[in-house]
Amino acid sequence: MNKQKVIFGGTVIIAVSLVAALLVALVLLAIGASPLATYKTILTGPLSDLFGVTEVLVRSVPLLLVGLGIAISFRSGILNIGAEGQIQMGVLAATATALALPHLSKGFLLPLVLLAGALGGAIWGGIAGWLRARLQVNEILSTVMLNYIAAQIHTFLLRGPMLDPNELETGSGTPQSMRLPDASFLDQIVPGTRLHTGLILALVAALLVWVLLWKTTLGYRMRAAGAGAKAARYAGIPVERYLIIAMLLAGGFAGLAGAVEVTGVHHRAIEGISSGYGFAGIVVALFGMLHPGGIIPSSVFFGILLIGADMTQRSARVPANMVLVLQGVIILAIVSGQSFLRNPYAQERLMRWLAGLAPWLFKSKKGVQP
Amino acid sequence: MTSLEPISELKLEGITKRFPGVLACDGITLDVRRGEVLALVGENGAGKTTLMNIIMGLYRPDSGTISVNGEVVQFRAPGDAYARGIGMVHQHFMLVPNMTVAENLAMGLKDLHHFMRLDIKGAAKKIREVSERYELPVNPDAYIWQLSVGEQQRVELVKTLCLGARLLILDEPTSALTPQETDDLIERLQRMASELAIIFISHKLNEVKALSDRVSILRHGAVVFNGHTANHEPSELAALMTGHEVTLPRNEGSGGQGTPLLSVRQLRVRGDRGNLALDGLDLELRAGEVLGVAGVSGNGQREFADALAGLRPVESGEILFQGRNLANNTPRQIIDSGMGYVPEDRQTEGIVPSFSVKDNLILKDFASKQFSRLSYLSRKEIDRNAEQLKERFDIRCPSTSTATGSLSGGNIQKVILAREIARGPKALVAVYPTRGIDMGAQEFIHSQLLERRREGIGIILISEELEEVMNLSDRIAVIYKGRILKVLPAVEATRERLGILMAGLTDTDPPPAAGAPSIPAAGAAHE
Ligand SMILES: Nc1ncnc2c1ncn2[C@@H]1O[C@H](COP(=O)(O)OP(=O)(O)O)[C@@H](O)[C@H]1O
Ligand SMILES: [Mg+2]
Repeated sequence: MNKQKVIFGGTVIIAVSLVAALLVALVLLAIGASPLATYKTILTGPLSDLFGVTEVLVRSVPLLLVGLGIAISFRSGILNIGAEGQIQMGVLAATATALALPHLSKGFLLPLVLLAGALGGAIWGGIAGWLRARLQVNEILSTVMLNYIAAQIHTFLLRGPMLDPNELETGSGTPQSMRLPDASFLDQIVPGTRLHTGLILALVAALLVWVLLWKTTLGYRMRAAGAGAKAARYAGIPVERYLIIAMLLAGGFAGLAGAVEVTGVHHRAIEGISSGYGFAGIVVALFGMLHPGGIIPSSVFFGILLIGADMTQRSARVPANMVLVLQGVIILAIVSGQSFLRNPYAQERLMRWLAGLAPWLFKSKKGVQP
Repeated sequence: MTSLEPISELKLEGITKRFPGVLACDGITLDVRRGEVLALVGENGAGKTTLMNIIMGLYRPDSGTISVNGEVVQFRAPGDAYARGIGMVHQHFMLVPNMTVAENLAMGLKDLHHFMRLDIKGAAKKIREVSERYELPVNPDAYIWQLSVGEQQRVELVKTLCLGARLLILDEPTSALTPQETDDLIERLQRMASELAIIFISHKLNEVKALSDRVSILRHGAVVFNGHTANHEPSELAALMTGHEVTLPRNEGSGGQGTPLLSVRQLRVRGDRGNLALDGLDLELRAGEVLGVAGVSGNGQREFADALAGLRPVESGEILFQGRNLANNTPRQIIDSGMGYVPEDRQTEGIVPSFSVKDNLILKDFASKQFSRLSYLSRKEIDRNAEQLKERFDIRCPSTSTATGSLSGGNIQKVILAREIARGPKALVAVYPTRGIDMGAQEFIHSQLLERRREGIGIILISEELEEVMNLSDRIAVIYKGRILKVLPAVEATRERLGILMAGLTDTDPPPAAGAPSIPAAGAAHE
């Protein structure tokens, strides 16, 4: 039984990836680039040296954190499109905390800053959760709107109250905050690169999310609320409460991603710091099947794509924005692939086709019954 | 449409179909001719749907042949089957709810696809023609979501006929219908049968008796019986279907003497459209009795059940359970007070379909000391519980890790019943507990309910199947327009009397024949 499921699921994922790649190849052809050369650069370029590998991982850290939060919210039946805004609120909260307490020792300050970031994101996510739970406001709408508000607050603060005074006096007026105190930095893992201990934090978070969702009663409640709200209600689970909790957690993870970017990479709040991680995180989570075990490799894969896209911009003159096209196509392919996965007739047909193509796949079970 | 000639005979020979681990069809040979109704019966999982999907070209058989009018055919998709005049109404309707009837038809009918335009008018015209000719009234301009289940069923029939089918396959068409809708459908099918060929799938033998000319019985994928319906008694067919003698258990006691457990007083509850669905309902349940609530569905049963479960606000009135008023308590409080509940819609209200059987078995108790420690789920205990209940309630599933939604209706119901009973409730509310469920599972569920009754649990059985209500109840309350019209001892209930009450007519006295509470005149004699 299960073997068939695995074969089928695997085939569909491979097919989805191929279809996505094919569609993007068409777009590449249309803008006059060579698909083969582009794909080669994207997939092999980033991993050709240690620096590339560390940069990939630097990108995958926020993707992983955001993706985990998205998985929690989607599994709980609430579609969080607001990670982008939640990241920015996390950035602001973390930065403000670090700048306000410059004399604290590292052992206190760093955890406090990360916590503040998570809290900032959690509040932003929690608003959308509360609106949905209490006033039935569609969360897709509210989170998208909250993204705009967060972006405006972020811009306003970085150009006004939080703007680095040095920039005003001597600098070019770049909208960014003061540099954070050293005590709030995440350590480097590989000296000379930007890879920081946020990676470990994110991996631990992945483990915790897995435990939360599948090993605890809270996770059970959230998944029940997401997968069968009505039945959950009949069983005495106050579904609305868990929608709010899910959004608090999802926002918290996005906010933490923001704090990690500040304390691990940029060491100050800058404009464009979220750089689309909030949206890419959705793709990462879906591609990882909303499971931490899938989201970890998926975040690395998208890290590769991001770095690879930068490289193609330089070498193959393909705009790095092509990654956005790829992301969009992958979402479409995944969603169609999922509806395919649920269709038993399609499954039967595909298995028949595979059995003709590669009988060895099915050797073990055949012909047992008379 | 493009049929070569009108279909006069469909013949299956030696159809075999294997799914991993299951032999769904095992060398099936069948035939059906124009002008006759073939009933195909069998319990859940017998292979009926699979066989029909093979005819329609949705699955390909591992071996065997299908021939139409003596010519061997190979359908690769439903379109091929329709081209030869074979059409199917699936168990789960395939209509788009926010489109009209005509739009739904136009989508499937290639003739109506013009460049950039669907010919909705043409579809409506066609629907009118067909619905007149076969006496299946449907309004082409109605939106699907506005229609009752019975009306949707008619739309499916009309659609199938419009698509050119003259051999109709109906996969459990009555399983979601009320008894009234069922009677109506059967009557219409009887009238249509002379011009068509019909394969009618059901596990309700009274329907089979009423409608079919011949009957074929499927068990574990193989045909175990072929015969003329008229020559065989339902009990005989039931035994062939299940593989053993079926006697639906009866409540032989005359309860209603236990201590009062639950009393509902002047309950007023609003329905979804803001109307007063319950308007001063009074009811009393005693320990150790089955109280049947009979009525045509839509008379407040759903709202009553919801209010008892804490899922619908109570406007006024009391639900006194062991002396405590449960009105407007939360579902959790009501569950904790010892109320069990088997909801109407088992797929969405009773279980989380994507959850495994073992996870659904703890849906109300995952946070209890038994299944969790410091809010950490005790997997071992959960597994043990599931294995034990699977055994005790005869839940047929490949393993307790299987997604519950993929099980048959009967087995889903057993999962729900197992969960509710294992919690040791003091009262149990069961809403339409056997709707659409096969006889084997029905027998099991009925005997479970009666056993709980003997243990002293009070059971409210909300049902529209009079047979079921009369078999299981100690007392029967008839619900009509949000009130209890009358409560009568089950021994005094007859089909006729209940029918009159359910239509809202108050009978003043018991019929003369039943002056002494002996065996009711026209009731089911049971020797
Ligand atoms: N797509 C499928 N894959 C695997 N097993 C299936 C599939 N469809 C049906 N089955 C199995 O085949 C058997 C017959 O199922 P089905 O034809 O649906 O029975 P029925 O319609 O008589 O209730 C069951 O054991 C069922 O679990
Ligand atoms: Mg079936």
